[in-house]
Amino acid sequence: MPNRLIPYVKAVVHLLCLVPLALLLYRFKQDNLGADPVNTITHFTGDWTIYLLLISLAVTPVRRLHAKLSNLIRFRRMLGLYAFFYATLHLATYVFLFSGYDVPTAIAGVKAGHLGEIVTQFKLVWPTMWDDILQRRFIQVGFAAWVILLALAVTSPQFVLRAMGGKNWQRLHRLVYVAAFLGVVHFWWLVKAGVRTPWKDTAVLMLLLLARLAYTAWKRRRSSKTAARMPVSASRT
Amino acid sequence: MLIRKATDIHSSEITPKEAFFDRRKFVVGAASLGVGAIAASRISAVLSPGTSVMADEALKTVASKYTVSDAQTPFAKATHYNNFYEYGTDKSDPGRNAHTLHTRPWTVQVTGMVKKPQTVNIDDLMKYRPIESRVYRHRCVEAWSMVIPWDGYSLSEFINFCQPLPSAKYVQFFSLVDKKQMPDLPGGYDWPYREGLRMDEAMNPLTLLTFGCYGNVLPNQNGAPVRIVTPWKYGFKNGKSIVRFHFTDKQPQTTWNEISSQEYGFYSNVNPNVDHPRWSQGHERRIDSSVFPKTVPTLMFNGYGDQVASMYNGMDLKKFY
Repeated sequence: MPNRLIPYVKAVVHLLCLVPLALLLYRFKQDNLGADPVNTITHFTGDWTIYLLLISLAVTPVRRLHAKLSNLIRFRRMLGLYAFFYATLHLATYVFLFSGYDVPTAIAGVKAGHLGEIVTQFKLVWPTMWDDILQRRFIQVGFAAWVILLALAVTSPQFVLRAMGGKNWQRLHRLVYVAAFLGVVHFWWLVKAGVRTPWKDTAVLMLLLLARLAYTAWKRRRSSKTAARMPVSASRT
Repeated sequence: MLIRKATDIHSSEITPKEAFFDRRKFVVGAASLGVGAIAASRISAVLSPGTSVMADEALKTVASKYTVSDAQTPFAKATHYNNFYEYGTDKSDPGRNAHTLHTRPWTVQVTGMVKKPQTVNIDDLMKYRPIESRVYRHRCVEAWSMVIPWDGYSLSEFINFCQPLPSAKYVQFFSLVDKKQMPDLPGGYDWPYREGLRMDEAMNPLTLLTFGCYGNVLPNQNGAPVRIVTPWKYGFKNGKSIVRFHFTDKQPQTTWNEISSQEYGFYSNVNPNVDHPRWSQGHERRIDSSVFPKTVPTLMFNGYGDQVASMYNGMDLKKFY
């Protein structure tokens, strides 16, 4: 891909990443979110978090396939940020729709000029939420995954990278594997016994991780061969 | 013996056949017009001809005192948000897939500790007692709830007909399992779906042997042609598409209890004080005609405490969940 095209392709990727959200809003407008929209929105935003995480994890193996694909790396950060965006929508769905938070009352309060109503309503559901955080392991791993994505998102600007130093930054950003893994675990622990819906996401994640392992093994073998052939240059490293 | 009373004659039997089939045509026509008008809506789209929603037959019902005044869940939502795993594990699957269920001929077997094991025809079963229209709250273990007008008569009437032996302490019911009618029957489950009640629970007048909802025969995805509705228990206690009642002196094995006993107890009474391991049961999303379901507090025994609490006197309901 010629470099001058990248801004245009970036715009397209932005639009594509926003399509799911647009679709969700369209279905909301059409009153087409099913009988239990809270359930639909929760699953939709959760699904897209995992999809985008998997897509961003696929960037590296794909670009290694061919030299011409190498500047795909320019899109990885924005894909990761969109994963965080959908994860945050997912969390907001839990906080404001799933937990029993009374959104209509909060809105009515704000309209009447009582901004405090937002907090008042939150205080009412907080005990249930705290209970969830303390007791429910699928919420714990889901929340942990979101915290990791938050850390990666706030450290994503170029100046933070420079301030942190490349090595540290990379160490932190390797946590994306942990986030994806926790996301899939969150999914498995959430579904009822016997339901196997998360197997596809799991298979893709495993495949992407295997691709990395295979690449590392292949590179190590190649470099050891090279080292055997060129002992002088090898000793220099 | 199933004795037919004059009041039990079906409206479909009284209506001249031509008029009856015209009525069907009319319903199909109206539904397809509706689809054209609001094609974008999935709920209206599923009303198109050829899917299982085409409720065929209106039921002749009588009013019942067992009726709550809560706002009812719209028919389209109650028929397109179903847990009927034999037709797929997603709640929208049964509404799409259950049209492959054949509800005629259909017989119900009575086995186990009864005076005389026998087989009853569904049409006789439906005519045995007047069908009452009862509006019940329906609480799912997944923390959503509906308010549904069910049509049927008390299971106790049928149990008396079955003549269980005094030694029978429980009644177990079995759902249909048939790979031919259920092509996507999920693996990993020990089919058929089984549920059961203690005899006093089964004899409680609230426990409904159900043949219809919203005044029509049950849509397939809601458990046609006959199911159980136990309104003070979580929805999964209510077996769908039942083919056998088995009377026994031992607490029967039930499907969800077998899959995950720490999550689904035998009693499964609606109880805001006993959490599901993965979420609180303290509140529920009440699915009604509004776009976003309102969250309402869950009531002990789903609000039917006056009628059922005495059956559990002296029992620790945290232990017997």
